[in-house]
Amino acid sequence: MTFDLIIAGFGGQGVLFAGQLLAHAALDAGLETTWYPSYGPEMRGGTANCTVVISDAPIGSPITERPQAAIVMNLPSLVRYEPLVRPGGVLVVNTSLIDRAVERVDIDAIAIPADDVAAELGNPKLTNMVLLGALLARTSALTTAQVGATLERVLPARHHHLLGANHAALARGAELATEAAARNATPTA
Amino acid sequence: MARELLKGNVAFAEAAIRAGCEAYFGYPITPQTEALEHMAVRMPELGRTFVQAESEVAAINMVYGAAAAGVRTMTSSSSPGVSLMMEGLSYMAGSEVPAVVVDVMRGGPGLGNIAPAQSDYTQMVKGGGHGDYRQIVLAPASVQELIDHTVLAFDLADRYRIVSVVLADGSLGQMMEGAELPAMRPPRAADASPAWALSGAKERDTNLISSIHLDPDEEERFNHHLQAKYAAIEAAEIRHEEHLLDDASIAVVAFGTAARLVKTAIAGERAAGVAVGLFRPITLWPFPTDALRDLSERVEAILVVEMNMGQMLEDVQRVVAERCPVGFFGRTGGVMPMPEEIAARIRALATQLGAAVSDAPEEVRT
Amino acid sequence: MSVLAPPEPALTPVYSYPDALPHVPTHYCPGCTHGIAHRLIAEVIDEMAAKERTIGVASVGCSVFAYRYFGVDFAQAAHGRAPAMATGVKRVRPEALVFTYQGDGDLASIGAAEILHAAVRGEQITVFFVNNAIYGMTGGQMAPTTLLGQTTTSSPAGRDRATMGTVLRMSELLAQVDGAAYVVRRSLHDVVQIKRAKKAIRRAFEVQEQGLGFTMVELLSSCPTNWGMTPEAALGYIRDEMVPAFPLGDFKVPETRAEAGA
Ligand SMILES: Cc1ncc(C[n+]2csc(CCOP(=O)(O)OP(=O)(O)O)c2C)c(N)n1
Ligand code: SF4
Ligand SMILES: [Mg+2]
Repeated sequence: MTFDLIIAGFGGQGVLFAGQLLAHAALDAGLETTWYPSYGPEMRGGTANCTVVISDAPIGSPITERPQAAIVMNLPSLVRYEPLVRPGGVLVVNTSLIDRAVERVDIDAIAIPADDVAAELGNPKLTNMVLLGALLARTSALTTAQVGATLERVLPARHHHLLGANHAALARGAELATEAAARNATPTA
Repeated sequence: MARELLKGNVAFAEAAIRAGCEAYFGYPITPQTEALEHMAVRMPELGRTFVQAESEVAAINMVYGAAAAGVRTMTSSSSPGVSLMMEGLSYMAGSEVPAVVVDVMRGGPGLGNIAPAQSDYTQMVKGGGHGDYRQIVLAPASVQELIDHTVLAFDLADRYRIVSVVLADGSLGQMMEGAELPAMRPPRAADASPAWALSGAKERDTNLISSIHLDPDEEERFNHHLQAKYAAIEAAEIRHEEHLLDDASIAVVAFGTAARLVKTAIAGERAAGVAVGLFRPITLWPFPTDALRDLSERVEAILVVEMNMGQMLEDVQRVVAERCPVGFFGRTGGVMPMPEEIAARIRALATQLGAAVSDAPEEVRT
Repeated sequence: MSVLAPPEPALTPVYSYPDALPHVPTHYCPGCTHGIAHRLIAEVIDEMAAKERTIGVASVGCSVFAYRYFGVDFAQAAHGRAPAMATGVKRVRPEALVFTYQGDGDLASIGAAEILHAAVRGEQITVFFVNNAIYGMTGGQMAPTTLLGQTTTSSPAGRDRATMGTVLRMSELLAQVDGAAYVVRRSLHDVVQIKRAKKAIRRAFEVQEQGLGFTMVELLSSCPTNWGMTPEAALGYIRDEMVPAFPLGDFKVPETRAEAGA
């Protein structure tokens, strides 16, 4: 089993942290993992992305041209990564910031208004967790329970009061993804 | 020690500390600055020496001084900074002091950019400074190897009184991967200073650390001494990896990050029935000459893949001579070759050689 | 939304991009005063009608892309070496107005030898020295100009005199050198200071044209990103913390106009 994912958005949206959390969780699950960020001056308020690879065998390339999944948190990221997701792969879209629909029909496109959901949950910084929850629900790499447990380990103690809200965000994202997938499956007139 | 998710730059800095590095001197430069920043926190915490030098020229000469004084010492930098260290490295070779340099390479020439590249093979492996000198060059391909090679670099440096280089690249410095740090080794005891080191001439003759030999005959004798030492290192310290080469008709030769990208390409091509494997030099100097020569007698063709325009290629061609054709694929300027592109080159070579191949299943990637 | 009246046909522009600063969006962070320094230099080049005979040398730091923003010929030097490169340019093109644009890491740390010896030789160049007390581009490490006690990513417990020394005042240092003709320090933290800075930039270029020797204008500048401050708080930091450590003033000026003419 090898799974690869790209998370992309603006700097400050928690793109890099979401990827790191997933990589930590993979390691906790006894799997191999790599996390590879975009780095450099472009990060200053510009775009940020990271690639996470998870596997049960040693990992060769930490980068990929055609990821199995992508989480896109803003429009430029959708434009860049929609064409690259492998057929049959998963594309999680933050519709709070992206008002264009996914055009491809050969991928599992999951629309989540993540900023709005995070605001409803009382913390706009949870956007990345909502989207991560959605991704986990649509892939078999790791479960939200595994990632939630890892979060408890890696979140600095001074942020532990936020654990409950983070768990809720993961769960809510997963729930919305399952609903969205059901909607996708029912053809509309 | 348990495996943890570690960023390459932090991992090698911490590994150096645990290998007993007592003094770090450096100058900020992307993509390795996290190492300097880790040292800025950890070294004072442990009562060891951290100095942000005014330049890389100063940093390497501070390392020269600390090495002359007999402690484990290091610097880290990236390509443009390493270019500035060439004079110091030549002096250190000429006075046989041990030290470690980690070079997290980026795109060049000139200011270039901060993206991953293997742009410094020639200057590190061939010696960018003046004179007939060598330094041991280790090429890690994972965060774990970055850690292990840093520790090994200190041990080899001390064993041979030589500069050891860990030649990484921006992607290894910036990526996080599961890896295990070594246990903390205590720094060298104060009274265990090497006999040649500058420690104060108490109850012994004075020591001198210098690279000057004004008399040409004497300089020549010293050079012969260096060459004998280099020959001993070549006899004992060559390291390389062979991956899926037993039945291979095509061998890809690649080091560091390029090699791990090649491994992904190879997995796909193997699934399509191409008999391809990887030959990975781990020590770039001493170069795995004999093993590569043997290989060139067994395979039908060799493909060299690098993140430059063919710097190691010259060494492969020299070793292989006319025994089999040597092809090359390189991306440069900070562009990483995608496994898919490498696979296409392997496939083209296989087709040329007339091997029967099927379409690689898309989902195969290791 | 309120409806604006259509523009009068004959409005005269009172404020626009200087000719020497083409309308290119910069990569500088919001609130960074590098942009102000650029504009002042460009305005002076316009006022002196010098666009076609000015040659700039960019350094390595956040201003590495200065060549993108100025509409004049430009070279981009190695880290710290801009004064040496500018020397080469000026010696073979003595008619050109040659300037370097350097940060404090570039000029006061790795390039300390080059700046000193450009002054020693009385090189007929103008140096714009943008001092923000930190390495901006590489993410906030200590510079020789970092204030005592200031925390940076390479002085995480604050700059400590015992192991890291204290602030290096380059203007005071270079003013000691006989070859230096005009060396002043200004600040970019408010409108009054900005106007003074512009006058100094003009004067420095004039002294270069008069062939009197090495000229440098140091500009105290902000780095809200790496100081971890809002742009406004960063300007306050220049005023309250940097100016006391780096007093504004003229450290070397040509003695008299008469001498200037001689
Ligand atoms: C030889 C060399 N060493 C290090 C670097 C990395 N580097 C790029 S910019 C910079 C510091 C810039 O700081 P400063 O001059 O103060 O400019 P600022 O970004 O603050 O405006 C450094 C160390 C480099 N490019 N070349
Ligand atoms: S990092 Fe600092 S100096 Fe650089 S552009 Fe941003 S605010 Fe300006
Ligand atoms: Mg600066």
